[in-house]
Amino acid sequence: MSEYRIQGNTGEWEVVIGLEVHAQITSESKLFSGSSTGFGAEPNSHVSLVDAAMPGMLPVPNRECLRQAVRTGMAINAQINRWSRFDRKNYFYADLPQGYQISQLYHPIVGEGEIEVTLNEKDPDSPTKKIGIERIHVEQDAGKLMHDQHPTMSFVDLNRSGVALMEIVSRPDISSPQEAGAYLKKLRSILRYVGSCDGNMEQGSMRADVNVSVRKPGGELGTRTETKNVNSIRFMMQAIEYEAQRQVDLIEGGGAVVQETRLFDPNKMETRSMRSKEDAHDYRYFPDPDLLPVELDDAFLEECLASLPELPDAKRARYEALGLTAYNAAVLTAEAETAFWFEDLLAEGVDAKQASNWLMSELFGALNKLGKVLDESPVNPKQAAELLGLVANGTISGSIAKQVFEIMLETGQGASAIVEEKGLKQTNDTGAIEAEIAKIMAANEDKVTEYRSGKDKLFGFFVGQTMKAMQGKANPQIINDLLKKALG
Amino acid sequence: MSVDKDTVNKIARLSRIAISDAEADKMVGELNGILAWVEQLGEVDVTGVEPMTAVISNKLRLRDDVVTDGDVRDKVLANAPAKEGSFFGVPKVIE
Repeated sequence: MSEYRIQGNTGEWEVVIGLEVHAQITSESKLFSGSSTGFGAEPNSHVSLVDAAMPGMLPVPNRECLRQAVRTGMAINAQINRWSRFDRKNYFYADLPQGYQISQLYHPIVGEGEIEVTLNEKDPDSPTKKIGIERIHVEQDAGKLMHDQHPTMSFVDLNRSGVALMEIVSRPDISSPQEAGAYLKKLRSILRYVGSCDGNMEQGSMRADVNVSVRKPGGELGTRTETKNVNSIRFMMQAIEYEAQRQVDLIEGGGAVVQETRLFDPNKMETRSMRSKEDAHDYRYFPDPDLLPVELDDAFLEECLASLPELPDAKRARYEALGLTAYNAAVLTAEAETAFWFEDLLAEGVDAKQASNWLMSELFGALNKLGKVLDESPVNPKQAAELLGLVANGTISGSIAKQVFEIMLETGQGASAIVEEKGLKQTNDTGAIEAEIAKIMAANEDKVTEYRSGKDKLFGFFVGQTMKAMQGKANPQIINDLLKKALG
Repeated sequence: MSVDKDTVNKIARLSRIAISDAEADKMVGELNGILAWVEQLGEVDVTGVEPMTAVISNKLRLRDDVVTDGDVRDKVLANAPAKEGSFFGVPKVIE
């Protein structure tokens, strides 16, 4: 892919990036307890005695969370480990009532896989690159701390405590902020297709820890820093740019990069060191004695595989085979919601090209104006199919369809009802059209002469005038045919 | 395997347990006694033996994904040394 280089005083530097993405697994209940995972509930209401780590409570894993991790692994062609195990990661913090996080260090449920990314997913000629995935493991989320509510106390809400996360660890195969952005976008798209995570970065369902180091092209790997909990693609790209430049400046100034954890401040657009105690990272992992190993049988794995949907790359190829341009196929498959909308239109009998053109110009345009996303569209695929059907069978023209669509957006009325009520049906009445053509030719004798003496471009003028006279309701093909005859 | 006083102090610090110098000295002896005792297991030849994951052969039980618990805020907060409204209160921790 593109060469990304930082120009230093001593020459060029290249950047080596690896991402650890935490994705909240979509599930009703938590990883090890029957409490709800619902977002935005009253503090400490979605908490059981297990989540609060009361003495004697035992964790029982949620089958669905393991299933979603396995399905995600299958979607990135990863090795699925039939035997995996949970470990305890020990540390003390007020948001972690157990005093340890149940995670998987030694034997993760998913092993190596890969994700193919392209720098510009809408450009079919954009080069692609495979980013290796080292592993996906399943672990618990921690609670939430609030520091600004009281002068001497921090407040703890354990609603998130014990919610299932997947940690998706990439290989350090990423070499520019743009590639990192493309990787995160693609990963998010896959998770949403699979249905294992809603990918909502604003609500914290997905966040990235960004490992960055710099080196002279082809040289030894440098010391890396880890910037924690970056919660948007844009911030991640900014954090990488800043951090790489900081490391180059530091090294060229005679300093050395310290392996440490940093935080990105989106207001100042910089990363800064999280002052942490020297042995904060001594987690003393060991197998959790409360949990037996996870053993997956054939039936479980077969169900996971059978339940996988068609993934973005496969969908894109299929759409191109339906006759869509590479660009349209790429746009329609970038987000699962768009692809499902498009397929709903096809299921209602709409032609693939008509559906894709209408979706991308009319619907996207309208939603843009309304400031809404596809999920909030006032018109559903069934209603849209009704409108497009009227165009396809010649009942209304394309330009009338635009008017009808606007009325649909405003009133929620059905297309047929609007066409009926406003009398917008296209007319095939050749007599009426011929009469209008005769009038127009009489009123524009000079233009008729010019046209007949070879000024072909004027044909469009006559089409426009006729359509206007027919109030947009004439069949354009018939207008064309009749005009050609009349103008000779 | 054995531990020295530095290791004992480090483990205590990581576990947030305050121990005095005298206690640390005493603990070095006790922990090394325990470690030596456990180390006897090293005498057994376990070549070709799968690591044991449970005392009785048993399969991990999995739950269905349904909400069956929670909504016990008052119980959860009942033993908290400090609480404020619906929250636990802890000494201010901010980095």
